Amino acid sequence: MTAVLRVDGLSKQFAKDDAAIVALRDFSLTIEEGTFVTVLGRSGCGKSTMLNLLAGLAEPTTGTVRYRAETLAGPHVEIGYLTQSDTLMPWRDVQRNVEMPLEIRGVPTARRREQAADLIRRVGLVGFEKHYPRELSGGMRRRASLARMLAGKPETLLMDEPFGALDAQLRTELQEELLRLWQGSGQTVVFVTHDIEEALLLGDRVVVLGSLGRIVLDREIDLPRPREVDTLRVDPAFVALHGELASALKGEVS
Amino acid sequence: MSLTEIPPVTSGPVVIPRDRTWWQRHGTTTTVWLVRVALVAVFLALWEIAADRWIDITFISRPSDIVSRLGDWVGDGTLWTNTWITVQEIVYGFSLGAAAGVLVGFVLASLNFLYRVLDPFMMALYAIPKVALAPLFIVWFGIGMHMKVLLAAATVFFLVFVNTAAGVREVDRGLVDAVRLMGGNRWHVVRKVVLPSSMTGVLTGLKVAVPYALIGAVIGELVASNRGLGYLINDAALAVRHRRRVRDARRVERHRRGAERRGEPDRQAGQPMEADR
Repeated sequence: MTAVLRVDGLSKQFAKDDAAIVALRDFSLTIEEGTFVTVLGRSGCGKSTMLNLLAGLAEPTTGTVRYRAETLAGPHVEIGYLTQSDTLMPWRDVQRNVEMPLEIRGVPTARRREQAADLIRRVGLVGFEKHYPRELSGGMRRRASLARMLAGKPETLLMDEPFGALDAQLRTELQEELLRLWQGSGQTVVFVTHDIEEALLLGDRVVVLGSLGRIVLDREIDLPRPREVDTLRVDPAFVALHGELASALKGEVS
Repeated sequence: MSLTEIPPVTSGPVVIPRDRTWWQRHGTTTTVWLVRVALVAVFLALWEIAADRWIDITFISRPSDIVSRLGDWVGDGTLWTNTWITVQEIVYGFSLGAAAGVLVGFVLASLNFLYRVLDPFMMALYAIPKVALAPLFIVWFGIGMHMKVLLAAATVFFLVFVNTAAGVREVDRGLVDAVRLMGGNRWHVVRKVVLPSSMTGVLTGLKVAVPYALIGAVIGELVASNRGLGYLINDAALAVRHRRRVRDARRVERHRRGAERRGEPDRQAGQPMEADR
């Protein structure tokens, strides 16, 4: 397998007056092509900072992020990023929001209309094309955001607790949808979460982060796919893994 | 198979049509308008009754008098010619001020360093009552239409500038990042995020500036001119003052004659009954 993303000795500091806040220190990680990697960590462990660096939105204080052969100097069109908060344009309806990446790429109107309509159908938002983000529920906005990210046809997807703000029921639903969408697509996913169950349900590999992005545990998850939340919960292998990850997270605290 | 070739999902909310009567559609709007009209009617009626009954008509005039005077002005064209002058001043002043305000607002707010340097100066200039600038503007631009246009423009400029700059500076970073992630360049960010996002600020600025354009133009005319609505107001005010003088003089005269008839000494001659203002 070839490495898609390779991170070496990454540190990030945020200057605040005369002090610098260290969010990430000497972080290294390699992501293989076509895998679903979940990054598990408590809030404030530098997960979002790491993802911002991988997306090319922030510049590392030291270290490099390499996407395939090139060093990342800014956002890359092959990397899609679904952020924690909604960044749909409030003045555009769903259709026009989803079309946006295509618009920037200069795809002709008729073709991008068609592609956007197709994506909207796939994420289950048919009938809401003309609705504005404020008229949609949280879950629907997430779907729209997902559709918009997919419209750019990225080969690597970064997701920052995308379902964190949703209720448990809806989260399960969207997790299953995401898995269905991803399976067999060949795309690489880096999925950040603080939820152990979510990490196990989705990932081929779970990376547990401690404070300042120290890797506490890096483990392959060999649970058979397709995975379903309800059957998985009582699976002994799942329970064992759950315990292992929980203690890894806890061990970090003491 | 790729991410985008998967069967659709069939969950989520449902849209259903709503059957509404005319009153359900427009009821609230209609009521609001009816109440507005009623309010104006009550106010005018009260004014008409109060004039010369409870309050001296010299001070508050009377709606029917005002209508008849307006009728005269409409008849001889005074109102139209003067209104046209003022409207022109407002339109030119507003366009000039708004265009400059939007442009400077966008440029300054996008250049962070320059904005920080110039912000207190802009605020200081903003704080100057533009009316106080009128005499200076006469010295600079004469008493012609230019002076009024520029006075209106100066007022409009700051309102539009302040609101535009605030709009541009409050653009959500997340939205800018979203466009960068899509592979958008600086121009895309400006056109697809900054411009539409700051529109609320720009529109607020334009909206609050409209009456100020009128104020600017009319103040300019009040200070120095021989045409326009401000001139008309000033002229009418002078006429009122004149009428009041005449009326006071008559009262004094009447009083003096009465006193003469009663054989009283001429104590109050030359002393007006009421001070003129």
